[in-house]
Amino acid sequence: MTAPADNVGFHARRTARWHPAEFVFWIVLIGCGLLFPSRYLIMTEILRIGLFALSLDLILGYAGIVSLGHAAFFGVGAYAAGLMALHGLVPEPVLALLVAGLIAGVLGFATSFLVIRGVDLTRLMVTLGIALLMEALAERFSDITGGSDGLQGIVMQPILGLFEFDIFGQVGFWYSVAVLFVLFLLARRVVHSPFGLSLRAIRNNPLRAAAVGIPVNRRLVAIYTLAAVYAGIAGALFTQTTQLASLDVFSFERSADLVLVLVLGGTGYLYGGMIGAVIFKILQEIFSTITPQYWLFWIGLVLVTIVLIGRERLERWVMFVPRKVIRALRRAKPSGGAA
Amino acid sequence: MTFLTILFDGIAYGMLLFVLACGLAVTLGLMNFVNLAHGAFAMAGGYVCAVLVNNMGWPFFAALPIAFLASALIGALFERLLYRHLYDRSHLDQVLFSVGLVFMSVAAVDFIMGSSRIFIKLPEALQGQIDLFGVGIGRYRLMIIVICGLLTVALQLTLAKTRFGSRLRAAVDDPRVASGLGINVPQVFALTFAFGCGLAGFGGALSAEILGLDPYFPLKFMIYFLIVVTVGGSSSITGPFLASLLLGIGDVAGKYYLPKMGPFMIYTIMIVILIWRPNGLFGRTAAR
Repeated sequence: MTAPADNVGFHARRTARWHPAEFVFWIVLIGCGLLFPSRYLIMTEILRIGLFALSLDLILGYAGIVSLGHAAFFGVGAYAAGLMALHGLVPEPVLALLVAGLIAGVLGFATSFLVIRGVDLTRLMVTLGIALLMEALAERFSDITGGSDGLQGIVMQPILGLFEFDIFGQVGFWYSVAVLFVLFLLARRVVHSPFGLSLRAIRNNPLRAAAVGIPVNRRLVAIYTLAAVYAGIAGALFTQTTQLASLDVFSFERSADLVLVLVLGGTGYLYGGMIGAVIFKILQEIFSTITPQYWLFWIGLVLVTIVLIGRERLERWVMFVPRKVIRALRRAKPSGGAA
Repeated sequence: MTFLTILFDGIAYGMLLFVLACGLAVTLGLMNFVNLAHGAFAMAGGYVCAVLVNNMGWPFFAALPIAFLASALIGALFERLLYRHLYDRSHLDQVLFSVGLVFMSVAAVDFIMGSSRIFIKLPEALQGQIDLFGVGIGRYRLMIIVICGLLTVALQLTLAKTRFGSRLRAAVDDPRVASGLGINVPQVFALTFAFGCGLAGFGGALSAEILGLDPYFPLKFMIYFLIVVTVGGSSSITGPFLASLLLGIGDVAGKYYLPKMGPFMIYTIMIVILIWRPNGLFGRTAAR
C-alpha cells in the first residue's frame, strides 16, 4: 500500500466495483422489454441512440475530445452493414456487425492522427470536415450507395442462423440489448483500467499528463479508434434493425443531435448516453405532437436552454429520473477525476 | 466559359464569402468564441432585404443598408442578452449554444417565410453581362467585387489605423491589461460583434442572387465560414481574405472542371491545410 502504483490499483479496483444502481438499471431495461412488447421499435431506437452516445462519451466524456463529426463513423458502419447484407458478402448479422465496426475503426484510426493535431477548434473543424467528406463521397459514388435514395431492399439473414428478424421488432430489440450490453461491459472495463485513468488525466490537463509520462497522443489515438468502432457498430445496428441506409446517416444534424443526447444524460459516466437517449426520445414525442414540422426549433431551444442553465446544474436536476438513482449511478462513476 | 470567367466568378464568390465571414473572423479567430450561428445573422439580413425589395417595393440599393442595420441590431441584442455570458465557457458549451441558435433560426424562418428558395428582384442595371476584352463579366458580380473590395480596404484601415481598431486589438490580446488602461472591453466586444453581424447581414443580402436564400442557409454555409476563418488564421484580416479568395476560386473551378466531385475538393483542402498548420495559414494562437 505504500507504493503509489498500489494506491492507483486499489482506487481503480474500488471504483470498478458494480454499484447496486447499475444492476437496477439493467434489470429495468430488461423489464421494459418484457413488459411493453408493443413498443419494441421505439425501444430499439433508444438503444441504438444510446449505443451511439456511449461511443461519443468515450472520447468526449473521458478524453475531452469535442467531435462534431461522429456521424462519419456511424454512417460508414451503416453503409458497410447495408452493403454486406445487400450483396450477401457477410450474410450473418453478428459477423457483419463486427466487420462494420472494424471498417469504421480503420477509418477512425486513420483520421485520429488528424484529430490529435491542434486545439479544440482544429478538432471541431477536422471532425466536421471528415463527416462532410464522407457524405460527399457517398453522394459521389451513388452507384454503390444508391445516392439520395439510399440502399434499398436490404434483407437480413437470421442472427447466428437461429433467430429470424420479425416485423414486430422483438428479435431486433433483444439483439440490440445484447449488443449494447456486451459493448457496455467492454467500455466499462476499459474506462476503469489504468488506461482509462490515464485518459481522464489527459482530459483534465494534457500538459500535466504528458509530464508524468503518459503518452498522450498514443492514448488519444487508441480511444478515438475504439470510439469509431463503437460508432460503426451502432450504425450497423441501425441498418440491420431498420433495413435502411441513406445519406442522412452522415448529416451534421445527426452529429449535433448526438452531442445533445449525451449532454442531456451527462458526460463521463457511461450511463449518460442511454439516459440521454430516453430523455431525447421523450422530448421528441412531446414536441412532435405540438408541431411535427418544426421539431428543429424545439431541439434548438433545448440546446440553448441547457447551456444557459449550465450543464452541471442541469445534471443535478436531471428531469424524469429519480434523484437517488442518479446519485448512485454517479457514485459508480469513477470519481477519481476530481483533480 | 473561359478560364478568365471562372477566375472572375471565383473572385466575386470569394469576396462575398469574405464579407459574410469576416465578422466570424473576429469572434472566432480573435475572441476565441465558437459561434456556429454566424450564418443565421447573414440569413436575417438576406430575408430583410428580400422582404423590403420584393414585398414592399423598395429599391435594391436602399434595402442593402437596412439589411446591415437589421442584422447589426439583432447581433447587438443577442450579444448583450446571451453571448456575453458565454465568453468564458468551454468550447463544447459554445458549440451547443450556437448550434441550438442555428436550429431555432432555421425552423423559425421556415415558419415565417416558408421553406422555398427566395430570389431578390434586381434592378435592371445589374442584370446581364458586359464584355470586357472578350471575357463575359456579369454586372452583378462586378458590383460585388467593387463593393466587397472597398469594404475590405475600409476594414483593414479601421483595424490598423483607427483608435477603435487599436482598442479592439488590445482588448483581444489581453482583456485584463486593456481594461486596466481604461478601455471598456465589454463595450468594444459588443460593438465589434454587432458590426460583424451587420456585415454578415449585408453579405446575406448581396449573396441571395449567387448562393440562394432559404431557411437552411446557416447550415449549408456554416462550414464555408468556418473554413475561411480557420484556414485563414486570425493574425489580421488578410488571412481570412486570402482564404476566402482561395475557397471561392477553388469552389467555382471545382464545380466547373470536376462537377461530380461536389464539395469534396474544398473539404480535402481544408483538412490538409489544418494538418499542415493547425492555427491556419497566417495563424497565431489566440490570446484567450
